[in-house]
Amino acid sequence: MDRDGLYQRQVIERARAPAHAGPLEGATGRGEGTNPMCGDRVRIGIWFDGDGRIGTVRHQARGCAICLASADMMAELAVGQDQGGAVTMGRSFAALLQTGQDGGVRPELMVFAPLRQHRSRIRCATLAWSALEAALTGTPAEDSKDG
Amino acid sequence: MDVPPVVMLDPIDSLRDRRADFPILGETVHGRPLVFLDSAASAQKPVQVIDAMGDAMRTQYANIHRGLHWMSERTTDAYEAVRGQVAGLIGAPAREEVIFTRNSTEAINLVAYSFGSLMRPGQAVVISEMEHHANLVPWQMLRDRTGIELRVAPITDDGDLELDALERLLADGKVALVAVTHMSNVLGTVTPARRIADIAHAAGARVLFDGSQFVVHRRVDVQAIDADFYTFTGHKLYGPTGIGVLWGRRELLDAMPPFMGGGDMISTVTFEHSTWAGLPHKFEAGTPAIIETIGLGAAISYIEAIGYEAIAAHEAALVAYALPRLAEVPGLHVVGAPAERGGVISFTMDDVHPHDIATLLDRNGIAVRAGHHCAEPLMRRLGLSATARASFALYTTREEVDALVSTLTQIRGFFV
Repeated sequence: MDRDGLYQRQVIERARAPAHAGPLEGATGRGEGTNPMCGDRVRIGIWFDGDGRIGTVRHQARGCAICLASADMMAELAVGQDQGGAVTMGRSFAALLQTGQDGGVRPELMVFAPLRQHRSRIRCATLAWSALEAALTGTPAEDSKDG
Repeated sequence: MDVPPVVMLDPIDSLRDRRADFPILGETVHGRPLVFLDSAASAQKPVQVIDAMGDAMRTQYANIHRGLHWMSERTTDAYEAVRGQVAGLIGAPAREEVIFTRNSTEAINLVAYSFGSLMRPGQAVVISEMEHHANLVPWQMLRDRTGIELRVAPITDDGDLELDALERLLADGKVALVAVTHMSNVLGTVTPARRIADIAHAAGARVLFDGSQFVVHRRVDVQAIDADFYTFTGHKLYGPTGIGVLWGRRELLDAMPPFMGGGDMISTVTFEHSTWAGLPHKFEAGTPAIIETIGLGAAISYIEAIGYEAIAAHEAALVAYALPRLAEVPGLHVVGAPAERGGVISFTMDDVHPHDIATLLDRNGIAVRAGHHCAEPLMRRLGLSATARASFALYTTREEVDALVSTLTQIRGFFV
């Protein structure tokens, strides 16, 4: 069925029962990523802790299993990062999927590495990270025709 | 003397031998035989089309309508012969009414620009809720450019056009054009073209049908349905990309200004002024898609040799087989239940997003489309963000439907 291991159990479980989905009211920063080609949309809210680091991230994701699981994992991994660290984390992840170069990507994200073989689906996984960057930098997330 | 038994082939099996005409169907994808169920997006090409285009480039090619040499004259003949083929295919009364465009999108844009330029603020265009973006966006652009009104005729939950509502939208006599699909690329709905035309004409409106999907599956007779404009595209009809058709009534085309200016569409040109060529060349500026037009001609010959009767019977039998089989898949919902459905079936599945369905089908060699199918407003009307869509062609088999059903069942089990 899933011979290249794109849909690992972890991805399906996260998509089905995300740990970090929830209301965004009261968030310090908010961002959105959309994919006009498929209608997927991820909205996120960030709450910072006293040191200016990300304390909590919640998401409201509408999309496929890859999109939902990636949003949930992003919400987990971004915690404890400052702005620069979180943006770098997202960009390294995108680079891994787009070029195959593993420039220090968190090992938890390697579950999405098989997407490298599914170019049209890469945007599904990076959408939440675009929303995070938009929330952190205050710029709208760039739409993509991928996915 | 032994009389050979008469074997009545099931319509589904009647075109099986034609699969050999499509070289690509012998390919494998991810190590599995290709099951191509995305023909509504673009159909695969028979060797007859591939060879016709290759032969033209190898043996008979030059620019058309301008060379005084043998090659140009012969190529012009080949190109213009296709215009006659198209006229025959759709029952057009005159070959000059057949305009070659890049695709159906360009054909509709031509009408929106050119027929639209004759419209005045206060007049309206009516489309339906199930239009492809190609038959929506050009009218929005016309509205924004000229101040016309754009009205949208509703569909039922089953996916049929609400004809009473259409009549009401036309009641004030302000509608200049009704532009609707002849077969929905999402729902498979075949619209009652003649009734729509009668309703439009009774209110003094003209009618355009987007036949991109319809002409693949059924014979259209533009006179029998009393159309004013009809559009379709070559690449869905087993022909190449880059060639489409606009048919329009002569008196309308004659009254319309050109869409694009350039070579081939003029009669005389000075620095101060130009006059236009007659039909059809007024609407064919520049060197056209010569090779692609020749390819379209080969595709039409191919279709005509098989016959629409056999093609329509095959498709109807395949749809009748596929719908109950798909209903066996747990959690699967077919979108829409139109009164008359062509070979297009959109569906959703509980707990599995259409993109995940499409990716996992692809890993098993099965190509379907997933997304909004260039019909975002229709998706919103249906309360969906996306669907998966299986679409059939004359080369589609019962076994391919079986492969789809069994793989969908596995996918469902994988996610739940």
